[in-house]
Amino acid sequence: MKSPVVGISATDKVFYLLVNTVLVFLFIVIAIPLWSTITLSFRPNSFIGTNFEGMFLAPWDWSNAAYKALMGNNGFIMAFFNSIKIMVYGVASALFLTVPLAYALSIRTLPGRVFLIVIILIPHMFDVGMIPSFLMVKDLGLIDKLAAVYLPTAVSTYNCLIMKGFFEGIPDELKESARIDGASEFTLLIRIILPLSKPIVMSVGLFYAVSFWNDFFHPMLYLNSNNLMPLPILLRNILMASGMNEFVEVSAFGEAPIQAIKAASVFLAAIPMVIAYPFIQRYFAKGTLLGSVKG
Amino acid sequence: MDASVSVPSSGKSLVRRIQRHRAIYVLLVIPITYFIIFKYIPIWNGQIAFKNFMPRQGVLGSAWIGFANFVEFFDSFYFWELLRNTVMYSVGKLLISIPLSIMLAIMLYECRITVLRKTVQTLAYLPHFLSWVIMYGILLGLLAPGDGLLNDIAKAFGGRGIDYLTNVQAFPWVVLLSDAWKEMGWGAIIFIAALMAIDPTLFEAAIVEGATAWQRVRYITLPSILPVIIMVVLLRLGTILSGGFNQLYMLYSPSVYSVGDIIDTWVFRGLQEGKFALATAVGLFKGLMGLLLLSFSNRMTRKVSGSSLY
Repeated sequence: MKSPVVGISATDKVFYLLVNTVLVFLFIVIAIPLWSTITLSFRPNSFIGTNFEGMFLAPWDWSNAAYKALMGNNGFIMAFFNSIKIMVYGVASALFLTVPLAYALSIRTLPGRVFLIVIILIPHMFDVGMIPSFLMVKDLGLIDKLAAVYLPTAVSTYNCLIMKGFFEGIPDELKESARIDGASEFTLLIRIILPLSKPIVMSVGLFYAVSFWNDFFHPMLYLNSNNLMPLPILLRNILMASGMNEFVEVSAFGEAPIQAIKAASVFLAAIPMVIAYPFIQRYFAKGTLLGSVKG
Repeated sequence: MDASVSVPSSGKSLVRRIQRHRAIYVLLVIPITYFIIFKYIPIWNGQIAFKNFMPRQGVLGSAWIGFANFVEFFDSFYFWELLRNTVMYSVGKLLISIPLSIMLAIMLYECRITVLRKTVQTLAYLPHFLSWVIMYGILLGLLAPGDGLLNDIAKAFGGRGIDYLTNVQAFPWVVLLSDAWKEMGWGAIIFIAALMAIDPTLFEAAIVEGATAWQRVRYITLPSILPVIIMVVLLRLGTILSGGFNQLYMLYSPSVYSVGDIIDTWVFRGLQEGKFALATAVGLFKGLMGLLLLSFSNRMTRKVSGSSLY
């Protein structure tokens, strides 16, 4: 990538020009839908024109009526908090289950280890589908309870194996010297292994968090009560409403055009992801690299 | 350190090792219980695919009818349609997204303007983290029949707008292109990692020999990442029957069922309509096929790169 010698030849200039042009083009292609959603959400009722013109709406013409309507709405706020609940309980359960499992599987001298690994892999490879799971949740009496949303997906075999790979990479000498110093297995795990595992736990935790926050399938499948619905479900209802009167839960609709309301709700739902994104970027680079070492 | 620590089975007695690790077994109790309840009971429930399942009678109480559910499904007119759609989308995404991701990875790797490279990279990864509900919202702004952005532009040029989401011709393209838009960046990660692993002295030698940038890419870069490309393709082929549910459920509607229904969406509607046994049979069929495909692709991957998924 460095050119050690004199200058760049003409054909190479063309090459790099192409590279940069393509990247700028890709930037535009990715940015336009995002930008158009943002400007759509700020569109005032008074705006008359095509959507194309709307993309370049001057900031002083922006109206935050759509945001005010949504953020002041109890249904929306409740859905937001339901999503937070699902995400927090979900990540907690997921880590609580995955970390000990992955650690136990990483201990090479554990009798029955291969048997355990097989037990973990079988459900992953033999996917029976959603209906048997639905029946199981129903029999547990968890239908219409938040736990039904995050418990079935709390352990991802893939994440478990990644963590196991990481734990296997921790040098045995570390564990041995701790044991010789008299540490019990629990102390070993909590005082030594876990602090060392911060990057992998953080990155696996972040992945779980993203999938719980975005999940609309499991809430749709298992929840019935309106007051339990998380944000993706509410968002979907908003987006599918073709007229303001169809969606009676959000009042004060008159102040903003319906496309603005839809776009604003999309933006609000995406904000947590956008905020978490720098953290995810920081950790996933480490995490995926770590995972790929042991594969 | 004492080498006998890492010796597996023989050496120390079994009982002593179980004793030594007893705390680990305690640690395992809760996760294993979870697995039995949440992963194995559903497998047990899967037997209703072979039964005439009545919710009142429960899983055990319903009568066995062998493969009748499977036969009913294979004989139905929608079997081929579902299979076709499922495979069409998986293969289509493969054919579009993978080359795009490769191209993006190479572009990013070759870009010498740091600001441009970092900006595009950051922006490209973002859509992967947006759910399909959010994507649907974004697409609405673009594709809505009355006033979506695309139709706006079409009308400005004197054309008539079409409703992309309910148009049977346009719908598959919406699915494929929106997926490419969303996953192109994330899919490039593995290729970027592969590019980083290329020995830079290869490039230096080529430059000294007078190779142009084009030749560099054609003769060094691409061949070097070819094993990774093959591995990615094989892995994607292993999951050809699954995936896409979230996207299709959000985007489809009855008018495009003929091209938008995949196995998973049909099974879901089966659940909603109460056709438990039939839908389970279909799900089981898909799971079994998926398993075969996965083990096949796994074996091929091992041949190509010498390592496997697990």
